[in-house]
Amino acid sequence: MKSNQVSMRRIACLTGCLSAVVAFAGADWAEFRGPRGSSIAQQSHPPVEWDAASGLNVAWKAALPGRGRSGPIVVGRRVFITASGGEPENRLYVVCIAADSGRQLWQREFRATGRTQCHPSSAVAAPTPASDGQHVFAFYSSNDVACLDLDGNLIWYRGLAYDYPDAGNDVGMSSSPVVSGASVIVQIEGQGDSFVAALDRATGETRWRLERPRVRGAWSSPTIAAGQDRKEVLVVQDPEGCTGYDPATGKRLWTYDRTCDDIPSPLAIDDKVFVPSEGLTALKRPATSANAEVLWQSSKLAVGNGSPVVSGDRVFALNRASALTCGSTTDGEVLWRLRLTGRFWTTPLLAGGHLYCINQEGLTSVVRVDGDKGEVVAKNKLGEMVYASPAAAGDAIYFRSDQHLWKIAGTAGP
Amino acid sequence: MLAAAASAAETLDEAIVTLKKVGHQAAGNRAAVGAWKVVAESDVEQLPTLLAALDDAGPLAANYLRSAVDAVAERALAQGQKLPQNQLERFILDTKHGPLSRRLAYDWLAKVDATAAARMIPGFLNDPSLELRRDAVARLTSEGRQLIGRGDSKDSAPKQPAGTQPQLAQGIAELRTAFEAARDLDQIAELDKELTGLKQEVDLPRHFGFVTTWRVVGPFDNRNGIGFDAIYPPEQSVDFAARYPGKAASVAWQTYTTSDRQGKVDLNVALGKEMGCVAYAAAEFCSPGRQEVDLRLACACATKLWLNGKLIDRHQIYHTGATIDQYQSRGTLEPGRNLILLKVCQNEQTQSWAQDWEFQFRVCDSVGTAIHSSRRNEK
Repeated sequence: MKSNQVSMRRIACLTGCLSAVVAFAGADWAEFRGPRGSSIAQQSHPPVEWDAASGLNVAWKAALPGRGRSGPIVVGRRVFITASGGEPENRLYVVCIAADSGRQLWQREFRATGRTQCHPSSAVAAPTPASDGQHVFAFYSSNDVACLDLDGNLIWYRGLAYDYPDAGNDVGMSSSPVVSGASVIVQIEGQGDSFVAALDRATGETRWRLERPRVRGAWSSPTIAAGQDRKEVLVVQDPEGCTGYDPATGKRLWTYDRTCDDIPSPLAIDDKVFVPSEGLTALKRPATSANAEVLWQSSKLAVGNGSPVVSGDRVFALNRASALTCGSTTDGEVLWRLRLTGRFWTTPLLAGGHLYCINQEGLTSVVRVDGDKGEVVAKNKLGEMVYASPAAAGDAIYFRSDQHLWKIAGTAGP
Repeated sequence: MLAAAASAAETLDEAIVTLKKVGHQAAGNRAAVGAWKVVAESDVEQLPTLLAALDDAGPLAANYLRSAVDAVAERALAQGQKLPQNQLERFILDTKHGPLSRRLAYDWLAKVDATAAARMIPGFLNDPSLELRRDAVARLTSEGRQLIGRGDSKDSAPKQPAGTQPQLAQGIAELRTAFEAARDLDQIAELDKELTGLKQEVDLPRHFGFVTTWRVVGPFDNRNGIGFDAIYPPEQSVDFAARYPGKAASVAWQTYTTSDRQGKVDLNVALGKEMGCVAYAAAEFCSPGRQEVDLRLACACATKLWLNGKLIDRHQIYHTGATIDQYQSRGTLEPGRNLILLKVCQNEQTQSWAQDWEFQFRVCDSVGTAIHSSRRNEK
């Protein structure tokens, strides 16, 4: 009994410490779509040109133990990536790679405790991991969650499909976790058990769990908005709508109840939420509990599989027809449009005044977006299929192809 | 920080016991934080002990122990230490140990012993570890291909064999042996394609253990999804001579045998195209004795499964895919006649990809080896 009490105090102490850790280094890319889902690397200036065949600006290329659709995250000088392999793709990997050298620092393997069926275009390692700066939270389509420290020590493990066997989707799940306060939050929605759960970052215990609609399919990721009163708001989207919750308690704060897209994710900037719904819908988050106010809707700013990107007064949307459209965040008016090539599964990444748009064939169109019109300034080949949204940190950009992790930086020549 | 503090007084044995207690809903997670650290800091000579601990660990505990094994081995190699190779090899060859622990031991041995694969893999052809067996099947398949002049590319289409007659015969024999040993779906499909291309007969339904003959009855009503929870007469009593009030007319059991190589029973064919409906399929399965089996179902529609009147699986999910072995449940066959009853609910989606109303069902052991009814294709 005494030792239990001691352990409880230590865990409480650790939880307090973790809260302080959440505000990790601003240069990190610690979750799906980077800082608060913005897909913007504010201080980064990655190369505009590279070429896999000649090695131009390919700093390194690291082999991965399995396949995946998850993107990399960068914490300090370490890059973390998940992968899945085996037959029937039940081997779950977390890999840590040195950002400087591409050398693998450690690898951990787990076995899926939930279903691993998924469409061939996806993978069990589809969700991008998240970090609070001290830990990595790896999440998989099988609804397994592993928490490790940055040195690869396992802190806790949850099998959410082990607890809720009907949770899952045989097309494959892809929603990525987010970190808020003392929790890492996951969204699991399908025709079976559907819920959003906040797991304690220190122990993996469930802090709260909300039943969600049983929907045909939902692959969007939750995101965190900073509220008007500085309190964070959890924004969750599925085909039946978009909802804001208090991430500390799971209490519903506001709702937008129109049909939303099932693959791209919402983006929260200041007091606005950009929701892939009826094209693109800009919401103003209410200060008190109410329905969210629709500021504008634009069918011309519809996104495809990737999510919108907002910088200043501009919103960028890459649609299913590979058209990149820039609009005004004020009223949704279209400012310019460019036709890119290929099919895109990824969210564009904005860095150094350029939007990096990588298609499924591994071809990146680098679009200069800081002028009146967009301009494709380079097209760069990786030569491998890419389904994962990239990450950026320092002056490097990281791509994940099916079998490799790539660092593109301006130090390596052919 | 927490881990080190919490683990100070814990021995390795105690830590392993602690890890084995992790369970549903994060039960045991707090204690496991420190216990994992204790296990992960073990000396490399303790690897066989840690691996043995995996044998009877639950799926969550196994992940704690597995990752601790990785941490121990990874650290040892980084520090220039040697893994206990002889002990690892003995561990792998001892089939009393569990399939996951043996495979993990093999993975680490193979990293430090370049000859391990050639020495050990051929002996795994009928191994209880599916993953070790997989490597043996792959190796034999590769050898068979070489003998028939196909090179080693599984992606190339079957073509005219180029080997000599004795080589061809030996190659086919090796491919046949590999097929018989194969349990992983991709390897079975690959070898089926290879052997079929060589004009060899392949009884795929028998290899998988698909149940191909059923009594089917329906349609009953599932408009607005009412049928999944509705208890229609076949759920109360299976009487193959009975007639029941169906969705639009009286319905009766009829026998249907599928000739599909994948064992798919297409209810749109067996009962006629219908949407918003329920069908029941029943099969009598004779077992020579009491035995635990896997009952593996694939179906894009909502299903319930009973074995001898006991509900053992249910999924209210429509049209998100139907891959082989999609739903796996365990059941106990009694000596003699057993009754398998399946309820298959079709909804009212109008998309072209939502018209499938079919299922695939097999009985096998836990590694996927077919178990057949002792009276096959009985009517």
